[in-house]
Amino acid sequence: MSAASTAEPAFVAKTKTGRFTDFVDARVGGSGILREFGRKVFPDHWSFMFGEVALYSFVILLLSGTFLTFFFDPSMAETHYDGSYVPLKGVEMSVAYNSSLDISFDVRGGLFMRQVHHWAALLFVASIAVHMLRVFFTGAFRKPREMNWVVGGVLLILAMAAGFTGYSLPDDLLSGNGLRIIDGVIKSIPVIGTYISFFLFGGEFPGTAIIGRLYMLHILLVPALILLMIVLHLFMVVVHKHTQYPGPGRNDNNVVGYPLGPVYAAKAGGFFFIVFGVLALMAGFFTINPIWNYGPYDPSPVSAGTQPDWYIGFVDGALRLMPGTLGNWQVEQDWFGFVFSFNVLLPALVPAGILFTVMFMYPWIERWITKDDREHHVLDRPRNAPTRTAIGMAGFVWYCVMWAAAGSDLIATHFGVSLNDVTYWLRALFFIGPIIAFIVTKRVALALQRKDREIALHGRETGRIVRLPHGEFIEVHAPLDEYKRYKLVGFESPEVLPAVPNEHGVVTSKEKRRAFLSKWFFEDRVAPATPAELEAAHGHGHAAVEAPEEAKSLSH
Amino acid sequence: MKALSQKRRHPLAAIALLLMGLLLTGGLYAVATTVNEAKASTTTYSANDVEEGGKLFAANCATCHGMGASGSQDGPSLVGVGAAAVDFQVGTGRMPMQMNGPQALEKPVQFNDEQTHQLAAYVASLGAGPAIPEEHLLDEGGNAAEGGELFRTNCAMCHNAAAAGGALTRGKFAPALSDTSGKHIYEAMVTGPQNMPVFSDSNITPEGKRDIITFLKQIETSGSPGGADLGSLGPVAEGLFVWVAGLGVIIAFTIWLTSRTS
Repeated sequence: MSAASTAEPAFVAKTKTGRFTDFVDARVGGSGILREFGRKVFPDHWSFMFGEVALYSFVILLLSGTFLTFFFDPSMAETHYDGSYVPLKGVEMSVAYNSSLDISFDVRGGLFMRQVHHWAALLFVASIAVHMLRVFFTGAFRKPREMNWVVGGVLLILAMAAGFTGYSLPDDLLSGNGLRIIDGVIKSIPVIGTYISFFLFGGEFPGTAIIGRLYMLHILLVPALILLMIVLHLFMVVVHKHTQYPGPGRNDNNVVGYPLGPVYAAKAGGFFFIVFGVLALMAGFFTINPIWNYGPYDPSPVSAGTQPDWYIGFVDGALRLMPGTLGNWQVEQDWFGFVFSFNVLLPALVPAGILFTVMFMYPWIERWITKDDREHHVLDRPRNAPTRTAIGMAGFVWYCVMWAAAGSDLIATHFGVSLNDVTYWLRALFFIGPIIAFIVTKRVALALQRKDREIALHGRETGRIVRLPHGEFIEVHAPLDEYKRYKLVGFESPEVLPAVPNEHGVVTSKEKRRAFLSKWFFEDRVAPATPAELEAAHGHGHAAVEAPEEAKSLSH
Repeated sequence: MKALSQKRRHPLAAIALLLMGLLLTGGLYAVATTVNEAKASTTTYSANDVEEGGKLFAANCATCHGMGASGSQDGPSLVGVGAAAVDFQVGTGRMPMQMNGPQALEKPVQFNDEQTHQLAAYVASLGAGPAIPEEHLLDEGGNAAEGGELFRTNCAMCHNAAAAGGALTRGKFAPALSDTSGKHIYEAMVTGPQNMPVFSDSNITPEGKRDIITFLKQIETSGSPGGADLGSLGPVAEGLFVWVAGLGVIIAFTIWLTSRTS
């Protein structure tokens, strides 16, 4: 808005639409917002889209969930089923289960919406998990995005909470069994566990209150918190701008990609419908949580193959792996007149506690070790941060071992092995799996770095063997173009930072620990090829080696 | 009566009383159990059946179960297991056993119906045991809802609420029930093959068993209302599906969306 333009007579639009948009623009400043956001640049890479998948899944969850609330009744009053599903006709059940069955069989489109909702829930948490893995392995959590990493972690926990509270609502046998496990976990908390359980269930399990309470959490509190966190998350994405993969012309001061409007906005909008379509197809063709199979909840029957939804699976798996005795020591102890049920308490809370604590703290741990206070907007390729990648894989394998343990019975029946052996193997892998994963990943990452270095210096192997006039055989290497070479050499490779004395000239023990970790982190290191090395590799008599692939003769 | 009251302090009186008590309870128990199990088979076996069955038994089963089905180190005695046990084990191909293992596996049936009938006749002739159930118990005309409740209470902890089967300890398992005939389900309940407990008639009445079979056949034939059932294996199969198929398709789309025309 220059001074000249304000002096001009007031702008009057010629068309109706023009007048309308001008009216709105004059009041809410739409064009300014559009100009700002429309020019927002997003780098293009498939791995950047999982956050979007999570967001879209959440939108679909809100839409399908609202539909379900029209018909669901969270009452635990007793009733007799009188709907269309014959094998349950006349069976005594709760009103909640009855209304879930009615949604499935007697509400038009109800079963489809239930299945959309449940598949979307699974995809929601899965896409959050993949998104977080991408962020971790590319180092996108580094300054200035540490806080956003934490918000993302909170979103993961909230998504799990939303999933769990929803899982219990139909009040079928499977969800009741799951609720009973949670009740057991709560009761295993020393001293106060029983009180918390009675408070939550309004008396002895299962009581008549829990479904209504979980329902309120599921449709009110948890989604509101998720929405709040999404707003914070996206706000910070806008403030920080998006990260980008390394490439020619990309650095920590720019963002290379498409502007939001119009192409990227169209793509993102289209992608919403793709996610919706995929979920609709899954819901239409694949059944999920067939509650009619499980029957109404009754505390006495427990079905074989009772598992939680996948995102709670790792806790269930840890419970399955925990032995009842450690050597001669009974893990259930009676101390000071209180029962300490470590066989439940340890597996249910400790692995999840370690996993989430390390996850939340990791940006600060790495920042402390590297003393790196710079902003990072260019991502690391996972191989270029071997120790971080190895730590991530160790955690991932640890999680997967527990996750697999949640399906130990299915592993046993489907692969024809003994359930006991599956448990023993997974118990061993629980401890050695992460160590093996760490070592293997680090070696693979370093090997890939060496390969990159080799290719940057000597070009790509063409497989073409040439015999020189004096009888020597060589393989022709094709040099890389500048763009590809930049990707292989243009990365940071931190070195070990030895301990330094503080202002009093003292090397504190904390600094020593930091130095030790720094050594552990960066000791094994493959430096990127320097310009001098590249020059040397290209310069001294490698003419034949450097011959481009097109050159069919060796005349020069 | 006087004689009895005079002898009441006799040193052997207590023992006599104890014996009488034992005889009474034992007798009652014997009556009760025969009410449960020895439903004298209504199927009549001819002497020829028994004789032919004996020959088949000697040729195919006696290696493990011993001559006269009296049992050996390798197999239990079959005296009193009844025709139902034979019809189940042989009729589903579990016997003769192919090899030792955690439990006998179902395999192609080794004997034809007549031979199975003869083997059953022979074993039934050795001692009273559960008979092959009568047709009216297998007509699938019971109450499916009642059967479902019985199934969830008594069977689902091993066979899964959707009868998809489940794991037991040390390589043993409870099989899926979808392709099992009503007759074999009934026989399994009354004879308790492998690791399965016996559900006697006082535990689950014949009508209750009929209801269970009705329930199982109904959920088998009604199919899956919500689409492909992914093996009715519950959340593990669903989780696997969303990670592999769901995310797989989504990733394919993300790659397509971010690809450049070059």
